[in-house]
Amino acid sequence: METNLTPLMLSLKVAALSTSFVFVLGMLGARWMTQKEFWGKNVLESFFLLPLVLPPTVVGFGLLLLFGKNGFLGQLLEQWFGIQVVFTLSGAVIASIVVSFPLMYQSAAAAFTGVDQRLENAARTMGASEWRVFWTVAFPLAWPGLLAGLVLSFARGLGEFGATLMLAGYIPGKTDTIPVAIYFAVEAGQMEKALFWVVIIVSLGMGTTLWLNWWSRRNVRRYANQK
Amino acid sequence: MLEVDIQKRLPDFVLDVSFSTEQEIVVLFGPSGSGKTTILNSIAGLVHPDGGHISLNGRTFYSAGQKPLAVQKRNVGYLFQDYALFPHMTVSQNIRYGLRKGHELHLEPLLTTVGIDHLLDKYPHQLSGGQKQRVALVRALATEPDILLLDEPLSALDTATRKQCQDELLRLHEMWGIPFLLVTHDRDEAEKLGDTILLMENGRIVEASAQKSHTATSSS
Repeated sequence: METNLTPLMLSLKVAALSTSFVFVLGMLGARWMTQKEFWGKNVLESFFLLPLVLPPTVVGFGLLLLFGKNGFLGQLLEQWFGIQVVFTLSGAVIASIVVSFPLMYQSAAAAFTGVDQRLENAARTMGASEWRVFWTVAFPLAWPGLLAGLVLSFARGLGEFGATLMLAGYIPGKTDTIPVAIYFAVEAGQMEKALFWVVIIVSLGMGTTLWLNWWSRRNVRRYANQK
Repeated sequence: MLEVDIQKRLPDFVLDVSFSTEQEIVVLFGPSGSGKTTILNSIAGLVHPDGGHISLNGRTFYSAGQKPLAVQKRNVGYLFQDYALFPHMTVSQNIRYGLRKGHELHLEPLLTTVGIDHLLDKYPHQLSGGQKQRVALVRALATEPDILLLDEPLSALDTATRKQCQDELLRLHEMWGIPFLLVTHDRDEAEKLGDTILLMENGRIVEASAQKSHTATSSS
């Protein structure tokens, strides 16, 4: 069997790019939401978490409507930046961002809620701006939860299939991430090739969760000592 | 001069208090849940009253109908119950957190007076209750505040340490020359520390008593 490693490289690229966006968006979104009380907050939060419960094909369909040639965002991106989303790597990244955002958001919201408000208030009484309170108190204390969200989002980005297929399609060498490559290898009866990619993605997933478990336990111990 | 005249609706009663002080130690004394901490939080700017007025040395912190002064601009020292030391920072980083540039010199005598200069590289979880209390006190004073708010600062300490810390508070008050507003539900502590004791019940000051002036006793 000839081994073409493009799906691995593409998957890592998509997951890394989408995780970078998701980390910043999820973290700032969660911080903002945990600080503010406003009418409709529950509805907005439910909307953020929707990709967790919807079938990926529904997410993909929605993204096609938004980012397609006639879609509102698709037209804007093409006119302003000359970026085409459908059937490109950008499409795979966007699909990955949307499905992994809820994981980052949830982890970050739980992490920020867990930070003792009195510590942040102590910083404020000492003259610290909200930005300084965030970087010097909230962020470091929420870091274990933020990191868990980051790792989960990366793993989710690696494994994204349904929405990616709907938006980015299957173009070998261009949009064939590992999960998509597995599906089309099975379709074509290339079971050895499918198995190879299955082993790769299981190893990556297992490695990620093992590391996450180890890290969480280490942090639980560390924080238990600090209290 | 601190002037407080505020009203705020709390779950069980309406907080409605009015008092003023120059540079003395005012003790807010009363049972838990009588609104003492809400007064401190209102002065610090962490919560806002529903009505009234708060000012310190002529600067308006809060006046009904106007935008309250931001907590960062009030220059208030606040010693929280359980101290609220940053667990991920060393003692040195904790006490320098709010230090303004060029004001480091003020820190040295403070560290020596309180006797925590040997703890600078330790983390809060490595300190005893009394040490944490002292570090939190130095941190609150390091910003050179115009007033110090203390929310049951000694409640977590054993009797001996508590007595030492009370003496230390009196000494620091003499040194600093700013009003201290202290919350406690311990009568002995209120009588030992307070120049004025405001007895609170259900959000109201039911009795205000002036104590004769006192000085710190030796901590040895």
